Amino acid sequence: MATLEIRDLHVSVEADNATKEILKGVDLTVKQGETHAIMGPNGSGKSTLAYSLAGHPKYTITSGTVTLDGEDVLEMSVDERARAGVFLAMQYPVEIPGVSVSNFLRTSATAIRGEAPKLRTWVKEVKEAMERLNMDPAFAERNVNEGFSGGEKKRHEILQLELLKPKIAVLDETDSGLDVDALRIVSEGVNRVRESGEVGTLLITHYTRILRYIKPDHVHVFANGRIVESGGPELADKLENEGYEAYTTKGGVTA
Amino acid sequence: MAEAQNIPVGSTTAGSIAVAAESTVATRMSAPPSFDVADFPVPHGREEEWRFTPLERLGGLHDGTAVATGTGIKVDIDAPEGVTVETVGRDDARLGKAGTPVDRVAAQAYSSFEQATVVTVPKETQLAEPIRIAVHGEGGTAFGHQVVELGAFAEAVVVIDHTGDAVLAANVDYVLGDGAKLTVVLVQDWDDKAVHIAQHNALVGRDASFKSVVVTFGGDVVRLHPRVSYAGTGGEAELFGLYFTDKGQHQEHRLLVDHNKPHCKSNAVYKGALQGDDAHAVWIGDVLIRAVAEGTDTYEMNRNLVLTDGARVDSVPNLEIETGEIAGAGHASATGRFDDEQLFYLMARGIPEAEARRLVVRGFFAELVQQIGLPDVEERLLAKIDAELEASVLEASA
Ligand SMILES: Nc1ncnc2c1ncn2[C@@H]1O[C@H](COP(=O)(O)OP(=O)(O)OP(=O)(O)O)[C@@H](O)[C@H]1O
Ligand SMILES: [Mg+2]
Repeated sequence: MATLEIRDLHVSVEADNATKEILKGVDLTVKQGETHAIMGPNGSGKSTLAYSLAGHPKYTITSGTVTLDGEDVLEMSVDERARAGVFLAMQYPVEIPGVSVSNFLRTSATAIRGEAPKLRTWVKEVKEAMERLNMDPAFAERNVNEGFSGGEKKRHEILQLELLKPKIAVLDETDSGLDVDALRIVSEGVNRVRESGEVGTLLITHYTRILRYIKPDHVHVFANGRIVESGGPELADKLENEGYEAYTTKGGVTA
Repeated sequence: MAEAQNIPVGSTTAGSIAVAAESTVATRMSAPPSFDVADFPVPHGREEEWRFTPLERLGGLHDGTAVATGTGIKVDIDAPEGVTVETVGRDDARLGKAGTPVDRVAAQAYSSFEQATVVTVPKETQLAEPIRIAVHGEGGTAFGHQVVELGAFAEAVVVIDHTGDAVLAANVDYVLGDGAKLTVVLVQDWDDKAVHIAQHNALVGRDASFKSVVVTFGGDVVRLHPRVSYAGTGGEAELFGLYFTDKGQHQEHRLLVDHNKPHCKSNAVYKGALQGDDAHAVWIGDVLIRAVAEGTDTYEMNRNLVLTDGARVDSVPNLEIETGEIAGAGHASATGRFDDEQLFYLMARGIPEAEARRLVVRGFFAELVQQIGLPDVEERLLAKIDAELEASVLEASA
């Protein structure tokens, strides 16, 4: 069973000629089949955690380890991590002018699966996955994320999740910018993947809204660059009622 | 992972819009246009029109030392039925009608060619197949002159391919009758040592449309002057270009659109990618809107993607407006480095770096190719771009 282990992860960025520490010792274990919600206020470092796991070059790991089934993830290049089974659904997916969705999906499925999917079954697979996410088939011929609305970008991320079937899925604010219908459709997509039992999910969110559709096994509160409290689904209810104030004003917790 | 440090040192991306009584495009040249090479001084390299060009690599085309070899460059023309192809002497009245040489090399070519090729598409003829002109160099030096003339309401596509190794200076005239439609696809697929300097003049008839697609991949030095002027009102010119400038290559495209008649349109879009030490791309986009040219609608754009350190781009759009009564005029120029966020996104989907880079560059060009509006030309170009990208390294910059 695949296990992602994050131990004492410290991450910094270079900004304005100074080094700024953003993650200040993150510990977390995510196993295949589990869903962990990471909740925290704006700027607490949630996306930084997501990007660091995926290997974004802007973020420097200053100490700590990340392993997937014992393999050192931090040693891997961005594409190797993806091929090892780490998937990041981005908060702000990137536009790629001139590259069609269909070309992009096929190229990435080929890379992840290690061989080009058979054209016939592939076309059907993509078409059905798009239908389930209520995506117009015309999307396949559009350029990646170009001119997509916020909701369309998120559906496109979940489409990739369904097609690439990772071991560990990091979903960074997949719920933000979605109306209720879109939220339901996207959540159903995530749940289909979860039901396979083969993915460990790290659901990063600011709001509890999405947790009505995607039930987490564990909830972690993220503040000032680390996990400050962990619990079961009931912790989300507490956040819903009380907000993050207790965690942000009590700065001492994270000092 | 690539570091974001491939800043094109010393590059310029300068633009200007001048509202001038007297054309600075004209005064910038060191001599007025002329068919006679003797009217141009030998350039020393600091002249406005030569300052970006490595004169020492021109094989003597600029200083009179280049001598035609008589052999070593083959021209094959494959024309569908209905088209006349003639080889004519220097005194043929149809030569030089679309424009006059504007620099010493073009004048040298005009003064030195011995035979010219005239391709004629009779009026109202619509060709189902393109006219193909294959220029293949086998190490020779040549001065060329070609004319493509379309009668009124004729429609044709001309594909001109340059391959092999040569030192070539040429003038090419495109003469479009009223209402004619001509598309020219001009491919520079030269071997590494080739030197190619040419002036291409289009004279666009009343209500005619001219579309040019310039594709420059190969050669040591390629310097092209695509120029357009109008013979009547209502003419349209679309100038597309793409270039891929590798290590050590100099690729220079100097456009001029002379809006000398009212109610004409022009649109120029050139895109280039550069990689490797001393890759040098130059793009000059001169658009002149003369006092008579009321109702002109023009736009020009140049975009460059710098893939590695050590490459240099000089991009100079220049718009001169002598009348206020225009429909629209604009220009844009941008030179950027490779977008690391795009690379990250693709790699985060398992795509290896080299392949991800190829996808992004292919996409950058595909955006332009999609605008051409001729499916078979688009397909051919994308295949060419794929082959070029396949052949080039496109690895991360150090
Ligand atoms: N590339 C960067 N350069 C400079 N500062 C950065 C960079 N990335 C993140 N930061 C800073 O690090 C902190 C954490 O940012 P991050 O995006 O990880 O927060 P977040 O929890 O995802 O916030 P949100 O809820 O708004 O998405 C912020 O103060 C942010 O400004
Ligand atoms: Mg975030």
